[in-house]
Order: sequence, then structure tokens, then C-alpha cells
Amino acid sequence: MMQIKENSKEYDVIIVGSGAGGGMATKILAESGLSIALVESGPFYDPANPDQMTQLKWPYESPRRGAGTTRPFGDYDQAYGGWEIEGEPYSQIGDTDFKWFRSRMLGGRTNHWGRISLRFGPDDFQKKSLDGFGENWPITYDDIKPYYDKVDKLIGVFGSKENLPNDPDGFFLPPPKPRLHELFYIKGARKSNVKVMPSRLSVLTKRINNDRGVCFYCNQCARSCMTYADFSSGSVLIFPAQKSGGQIDMYVNSMVRTVTTNHEGKATGVSFINKEDNKEYKLKGKIVVLAASACSSARILLNSKSKQHPNGLGNSSNLVGKYLHDSTGGDMMAFIPELIDRKTYNEDGVGGMHVYSPWWLDNKNLNFPRGYHIEVWGGMGAPSYGTGFNVNNFNKFFGINNAGGYGDVLRSDMKKYYGSTIGISGRGESIAQKTNYCEIDPNKVDKYGVPVLRFNYQWTENEINQAKHMQDTFEEIIHNMGGIPLWAKPDKKSNFGLNKPGWIIHEVGTTRMGNNPKKSVVNQYEQLHDVSNVFVVDAGPFVSQADKNPTWTIMALAWRSSEYIIDQLKKQNL
Amino acid sequence: MKRRDSIKTIALSSLGASLFMESCYDVSKEKIKRSLTRYEYGRTKVEKSYDDKLFNEKFFTDDELITLDKICNIILPPNEYGSIRDAEVVQLIEFMAKDIPTYQKPLRDGLIWIDSESESRFNKIFNQLNEENQKEIFDDIAYYDPNKSIDEYPEEVQWFNLVRNLTMTGYFTSEVGIKELGYKGNAPNVWDGVPKDVLDQYGLAYDKDWLEKCIDQSKRNDIAVWDDDGNLLT
Repeated sequence: MMQIKENSKEYDVIIVGSGAGGGMATKILAESGLSIALVESGPFYDPANPDQMTQLKWPYESPRRGAGTTRPFGDYDQAYGGWEIEGEPYSQIGDTDFKWFRSRMLGGRTNHWGRISLRFGPDDFQKKSLDGFGENWPITYDDIKPYYDKVDKLIGVFGSKENLPNDPDGFFLPPPKPRLHELFYIKGARKSNVKVMPSRLSVLTKRINNDRGVCFYCNQCARSCMTYADFSSGSVLIFPAQKSGGQIDMYVNSMVRTVTTNHEGKATGVSFINKEDNKEYKLKGKIVVLAASACSSARILLNSKSKQHPNGLGNSSNLVGKYLHDSTGGDMMAFIPELIDRKTYNEDGVGGMHVYSPWWLDNKNLNFPRGYHIEVWGGMGAPSYGTGFNVNNFNKFFGINNAGGYGDVLRSDMKKYYGSTIGISGRGESIAQKTNYCEIDPNKVDKYGVPVLRFNYQWTENEINQAKHMQDTFEEIIHNMGGIPLWAKPDKKSNFGLNKPGWIIHEVGTTRMGNNPKKSVVNQYEQLHDVSNVFVVDAGPFVSQADKNPTWTIMALAWRSSEYIIDQLKKQNL
Repeated sequence: MKRRDSIKTIALSSLGASLFMESCYDVSKEKIKRSLTRYEYGRTKVEKSYDDKLFNEKFFTDDELITLDKICNIILPPNEYGSIRDAEVVQLIEFMAKDIPTYQKPLRDGLIWIDSESESRFNKIFNQLNEENQKEIFDDIAYYDPNKSIDEYPEEVQWFNLVRNLTMTGYFTSEVGIKELGYKGNAPNVWDGVPKDVLDQYGLAYDKDWLEKCIDQSKRNDIAVWDDDGNLLT
């Protein structure tokens, strides 16, 4: 039997995971005076640490010129991990091909995400009442609105007041002006009666306080900002909480294996593997807050079996791991002949799109129940590994059936086609299915000896029909822009280009929220129905995901749940 | 074996090439150290040791590297901005062959092919040919129909495409290549919209309504304050 080292200190709260949800819980709970153990599976990370920084690096500062061999989004992307991590496998049931992205570092995926910060709208919490699919949330927009407001003001998000019923406005910083390819998109989308408006990203186009910088338009939010001008959990939540005197002990490189419980079935703390010495340790806490990401938190719960919880912790409903769902994704890329031989200037802008299209149609008239928003990308970006591949393939769009060659023509072709492409992506809502789930694989452990997850996931006709609608829409918009798609339109055989589940990295739903303990895992305060001193504040509690990115809602809910924890402690209910 | 020896002799007898080879590809300890300290790009411990491992390996022979240098130079001859040597294109190809091992077989097979093709056409290996003869071989493998998949072409055409791709990406991700391309970013900046002359060129203009929503860059440093309805006051 391996010796387990136990820390005698009992924390008020142990928080597992330091991404959006864990960071928010850390900030709110630490600032209320509670003692916190923050347990993170990856190393410490600070976007301002020169040894870890990749911002403003040139491609030639990497021996592979930024190629995606070790980090899937390229050398400079700030996610330590990816869909595949050595020694941390996961398995699939049948022909499932779920892609599970993990970023193991302080701040988690908030260090590299697209900063698209969309509130859910009033309809998004009550979709079952509107279309009969899925389930309603136990809360309404009005319950969460005050927290969205607080998140906007604390973190900063640019956007514009649009008075759209299901895309509520907030407290916005002003957006940046569109780039050239975005003006082309606006023109093309409007012709198709697709609404376009300024995007909503948590990037500081304007100063929000004296501790964080203002955006200097390097386009590299995915590299995490050294001046803290974009949101990441470390720079905006955890470090400020430490600075303001919060009692936070950080346990990094610490992979939580289980939540430990006593004979009454209440949580007593967590056990974790220290990656430095591969030994197992225990921490004691009065409350455990899981924020390890939807699938990781489900895995911890399912691995936390005891006499009192033979099915895993909080799993009397048998629903931990069920209702896993990711956003749908579809993409089209096009060449815009009008954009050849561009005049070059610095059009980096913020790290992401300056304009986007919220869902603009009524699903009553369509053969799929839920919508999608449209993201736009393109322009004269920084060269990176892959730039210059098949440099003159676009010759074919001018009727020249000859490409390749050698010599100076390659230089002029390179300049001719630089910045002449545009990409359009749809990110949509899928319907949560009980049959889409993760569970413990009884036959496999990771390199730390912890049983791994096994996935079962199939898209339904609803998502496939939605993906077809995306492709039809994109084709029309691209045509309106004078563009030519770069590849053949995907057909039914390939689910109309619908991305594999997990690919969009919006996986949610594995510890579903609800009022009925038989039909849900946590209550509206993200508290386990079965165990009152365990909470889940990542995207696990999402009942549905809307056609919006989950981060803003993760944080609004985590703030609300943290206030509930403080209140319940005061009332001595925990 | 015999042929390999002769190639080596020839390579070493060519003074320029061998100096070049020593300066760029000699994998002495000192060289490895230099390579490792040169690349400071925010690596984790695991990533660093993976890079170290790759730098400590050598895939191409010196002769192959010299041949690649020649080929890449013809694909992208030097101009007033710079050369494939300034851009360290061959070093990149050596690194990528180790980083993406599936490149190894096609890259090496192509180098063997081009020597044997040179011998059968001109009774000399590729490096001994004059540039005119070298280009004569290129002319037969350098072109393809972009409407077709490159996989439909003979292996030597696919190989040349791979080398051309690596040459192009190596050059245009280098300091000289980026300058030549005209990429102006990766530096602190204040984005305030598409330049007027560019808007005019495309007959575009910003909507007045849209512009009114956008950031007034002269106020970017004023701390944001809102009223209760979310109207920005500063």
C-alpha cells in the first residue's frame, strides 16, 4: 500500500481546478476571508512571466517556426496539453470519436481561449418550454443577470448595445473597428439578411482599472497577454485575490484523484497525486468545489466511490457523466479574388474577430431546433509554419491549371495571394442527450494510476441538419462577397462538415443542474443533491449550452454559487 | 557504398560547400548548446527536453544537406531581401524531418531519386550538374494541375512539392522573408480601422452607426465608468 501523506491543516474550501470556474470561486471565496486550497493539475503559469511568455515572439524564434507538433494550436498557443496528452489516455465506445481537450496549467483554458464572452439569453434557460427538446434550467435569466453584470464590470468585455431579445446587452467597453475582410463579410452577410454586429470579447479596448493594461492590438490573445489586457483566470481572478490578502495555498502539478468522504458520506477533502514525486497526498477541507472541467469533474466524482456512495460521489441519480454535449461546429474557407495584391499594413487587431453574427432566424421555420452564431476570420496574419504551402494553388481560380514551379515567380505569387482568404465558422447549440456520456473505463488507468474516462457520443439529425444549414448559409454569404470556396461543399456522407464532438472545446452538461435529485446531479447553486458540502462550478452543471460560448456563464454561475456558499456558511448550514 | 564515398569526396572538395556545411550543420556539442540557448520561446520542461532530443539527433547526411541547400536555392534564389541561407531554410527542413517523422522517407527518397535521375540523364550526381541541367530536371517535376490532388502525381512531383512548401514556409517565416512579405504586425499598435486609401480602393466605407459604437482611441486610457443601464460615461 502506497503511503499517503496527509496535511493536517483543514481548509475552509478546497477548489479543484483553476480555470474560469475555479478562478472565480477562488476570488469570491478568498475575498470573503475563507482559507482556500487551490489544487491545479498543471504548473504555475503567469502570462507576464518571461520564461513562459510567447507573446510577441517571431515565428523564427521557434525551431519549428510555430508548427503545431507539440501544442495543437501551434508553439505559441498558451494551452499546456491538447486533445492528446501523453500518459493520460481516454477511450471510446463503438465508433464514438469524442475529442477531449485538456489544458493543464494555472488558469487552464482561459489562457488561450477566443475570449468570446456571450451571455445566455432568457430563452436559452427555458428551451424545453419553447421547442420541447432537452430540459429547462431551474433558473431564469433574471436569476443570473446580476452576476453577468458583475462579471462584465470585473473582467471587462467589449461589445455594443443592440437590444436583441435573446442576446442581452451588458456593461460593454467599446469595440474595435472592423478589419477589411470583416467589411467584406458585413457586405456579404447583409445581402443574405444575416445580422452582423460588433463581437463581444473579454479584451480591454479601454482601461478598466489601474492593475491591468489596455489592449495593444497584437492579435495574440491565444498567447495570453503580458499586460493582462485580456481575461485569463490567473491574471484577472487568482492573482488579484492573492494581492488583496486572500488566504490561498496553491497546490500545482497536483492531479486530484478522488473526493474523500467520512462515514456519514460528507466530503472531508481530496486526495491527489503530486506529479513531482508521484506520491499520493490528502488535503482536508470543510467544502470541496470541483472546477476541473466538465469531464474531469465527472471523472473525479465517479472515481470517488465509497460505502456511502457506491456509485461514485453525487451519483445516486446515475446521471454523472450523462448529457455531455459540445457545441456544433462547421466551417468554410474562401478565396476573395478582389483581395489579391493587397497593400500591407498592420491589421493585427485584437485576438479574434471584430464582428460576428448572432443567431438570426426562428427555428420554427427550420428542420432543426436550435441556432448557431457565425465567427469570421482572415486577413494579413503573422506568418507561421505552413505559410507559403501550395503558394499558387489559387491560380486555378483564374483558369490557370498550372501551379508549382520555382524561382522568383514564387515570391510574387506569395505576395499576390497574401491576405486574400476569409474563413467563416458556425458554432451552434446541440441538444443534450442522456445517451451521450463519459464514464469510467473499468480496464484502463492513466500514468498516475487513476481510472480514465470512456466516451459515448453520437450527433443526432438535429445537429446534422443544422450543419447543413451552416454550409448553405456560408456558401451564399461567400458568393455575395465575390468569394470562391476553397473546397467542395461537404455532403451528407460527412455530416455536412459537422465537426467531431469535443472539437469545439465547449463540452458541458456532465453534472446537470435541476430541482429534482432523480433527474439532476446538482441544484441551482451547483451543490450536489447527495452531498451538501460538494459543489461543481465548471460547465458540468449546464442543462443546455445555447449557441453561445460557455465561459461567461460558467463565471456568472460560479460567482452566484460562491455567494451561496458564503451565505450558507454564515447560516451554519454547511 | 562506392557511390556514397564519391559523393562525399566531391562534397568535401568543394570548398564553399564544406565551409557552409560546417557553419550550419556540424552537430558539435558547442553547436547543440548554441541551438538550445538560441530558442527561448516559453517552453515547459517536457517540451524543452523534447527539443533537446531533436537537436541532438541528426537525420540528413552532410551530402544530403548540401544537395538540399542547392535545391532550395534554385527554388527560391537570393534577392535584395535575403536568401534561403539567411532564412535558415535547410536547418528548418532538418528539424522538421525529426519533428514530423513522416517527412523522413519522402524527403530522403526524393534526394536519392534526384541523384539517380541526374546520373541517368547526365552521368553525374545532382550537385555536379550545372544549374541549367539541374533546372532541366526541375522542369519535369515542378508543375502540377491545382485542380487535381498532388497525390495523383508521381512521387518525385510530390517530393518536389514538399521541398518547395518547406522552402517557402522557411523563407517567409524568417526575418528576411517577413520583411519581404510586408507583414507589419507583431508589435504594439493602436488599431483604428482600415486606412482611408484602402477603403477607397475597394469602394468601402464604415457605416456611421457602426463607427459611433467603436472605441475612441483617444480615450482608451480613461478608466471605464458606466451608468446603471450600461451606458459608458468615460
